[in-house]
Amino acid sequence: MKRRNFIKKTALASIATLIGAEIVYGLNMVEGYEPLALQDPDPFTMFKKGKGMVVLNDKPWNIEAQAHLLDDKVTPNKFMFIRNNGLIPEGIDVKNWTLTIDGESVKAKKTYTLSELKTKFKQHTYQLTLECGGNGRSEFNPPAKGNQWTVGAVHCANWTGVRLRDVLEDAGIKNDAVYIGYHAADVHLSRDPKKEPISRGAPMAKSLQDETLLAFQMNGKDIPLVHGYPLRLVAGGWPASVSGKWLNRISIRNKIHDGPKMTGTSYRVPCEPVAPGDKVKDEDMCIIESMPVKSLITYPKSGAIIEKGQLLHIRGHAWAGELEVSKMEYSIDFGASWNQCTVEAAVNRLAWQHFSASVQFPIKGYYEVWARATDSRGVAQPMLLPGWNPKGYLNNACHRIAVKIK
Amino acid sequence: MSKEDDFREGIKKIYHLLKLLLTLFLLTATLLFVYISNFEFSPPVGEKDAYVANLVEDEDRIENGIHVRTGFIEAEGLMEVVNNCTNCHSAKLVIQNRMNAERWNATIEWMQETQNLWDLGGNQEIIVNYLVSNYPPQEIGRRAALTNIEWYELED
Repeated sequence: MKRRNFIKKTALASIATLIGAEIVYGLNMVEGYEPLALQDPDPFTMFKKGKGMVVLNDKPWNIEAQAHLLDDKVTPNKFMFIRNNGLIPEGIDVKNWTLTIDGESVKAKKTYTLSELKTKFKQHTYQLTLECGGNGRSEFNPPAKGNQWTVGAVHCANWTGVRLRDVLEDAGIKNDAVYIGYHAADVHLSRDPKKEPISRGAPMAKSLQDETLLAFQMNGKDIPLVHGYPLRLVAGGWPASVSGKWLNRISIRNKIHDGPKMTGTSYRVPCEPVAPGDKVKDEDMCIIESMPVKSLITYPKSGAIIEKGQLLHIRGHAWAGELEVSKMEYSIDFGASWNQCTVEAAVNRLAWQHFSASVQFPIKGYYEVWARATDSRGVAQPMLLPGWNPKGYLNNACHRIAVKIK
Repeated sequence: MSKEDDFREGIKKIYHLLKLLLTLFLLTATLLFVYISNFEFSPPVGEKDAYVANLVEDEDRIENGIHVRTGFIEAEGLMEVVNNCTNCHSAKLVIQNRMNAERWNATIEWMQETQNLWDLGGNQEIIVNYLVSNYPPQEIGRRAALTNIEWYELED
């Protein structure tokens, strides 16, 4: 009998131990704690990012690609840059997620559940280029404040959702509407619940374009959490900060939206050009709208060594904000002469265009292949840094790769 | 005890053991289910939790002149910077920026006006001195040469 009791007790004890351990864990789950796997601070696992992505900042998360990682025609999640201004929202409840349309210029304030948005309005899919306004900031001299992006803060994925226009019109737009401003569920870095990390927007004309979406899918799947799950505004061709993530409210404004990062020097450049390092008053700064013409050589990776006589097949993408790319060229002599690349038409408006060329090198040695795109208004990328601005936006200088012929 | 009792006792033991195994199995399965079903919709790492492992050790360990937890260079003013500049954002944001004293001061002012940064008092000068001495702006001209090229043979 004693032995039986012993066994019983041991069994209970081991169960208790087990339950104890598991209960602690279980309670953590109930309290909204992260499962162990997600406590791993490794962003590559957490956000499913590919090898070679570069972490610029881990609070808030800012991660960029490198040129050669962006070779896909449609950017997969693993190579999409992350630019967060605040902390990723916690405990998202999709079943009760709503989007409210309000503001001075809405005819009647209206709230939609996610399923109402998905069923009430026609769905559309577009491939849209989103580039961070500060992409290329690291090259400005004197240095500009902020995350020091090199070339990888751009992507062009497929986005599926409903047109912002359809939803705004369903709620009703007053005649005095000027701008829309988004509000979202992300958390301010200071964890002050009264503060929004970012609340930007777009003029009515951009908001009412066919391609401006309230998206719930990216590349055919639910948008990954870090990219705005469950609802993201997507406005291709404009600074990616217009494409607000984790949206729960859109205000139709009777004035230019004045949320955080709409004012001061944020996402603004001097209205009139200034000398490098000049101080610029807030009232002399103008909001960035369409992004400028730009291109990237995505193949081969910089540093290729080839045999003399071998052709180098280069390829990449070019984009021009609201416009199209009408010409694509490359140079192997630092711009002394330019040769044409083949450039494809965009799959839809505001998607990047693919270019390619086969490059011949006359003699052995060190070369740089420079790429230059020209937009439909005849404006080309500069080889040097474009106009300096206090926050280091809009660097669309030509991309180049190093090549050696042996 | 008779043989039959012994036999019954044995059966009971096996029965209890099986009951225990079944309980453990169901428990694990339930927890696993809860875990998996919550996994997708759970928020990612809370910043506090991410560094728990580091905090257990000496949190201000210096290796090769670098403050391991933050990546800051060890120099006068290090702890003032760590204690005032890494509460809201990562040290990585500080380290990748290059500014002179005037612009660091303007940045601090901006953070106080818009980002809930507190009054730094006498620490402000220490912090700004640390930043401009250890992370000074570099003259890179209008377009820098390509550096750190990783050369490789490209197969045709």
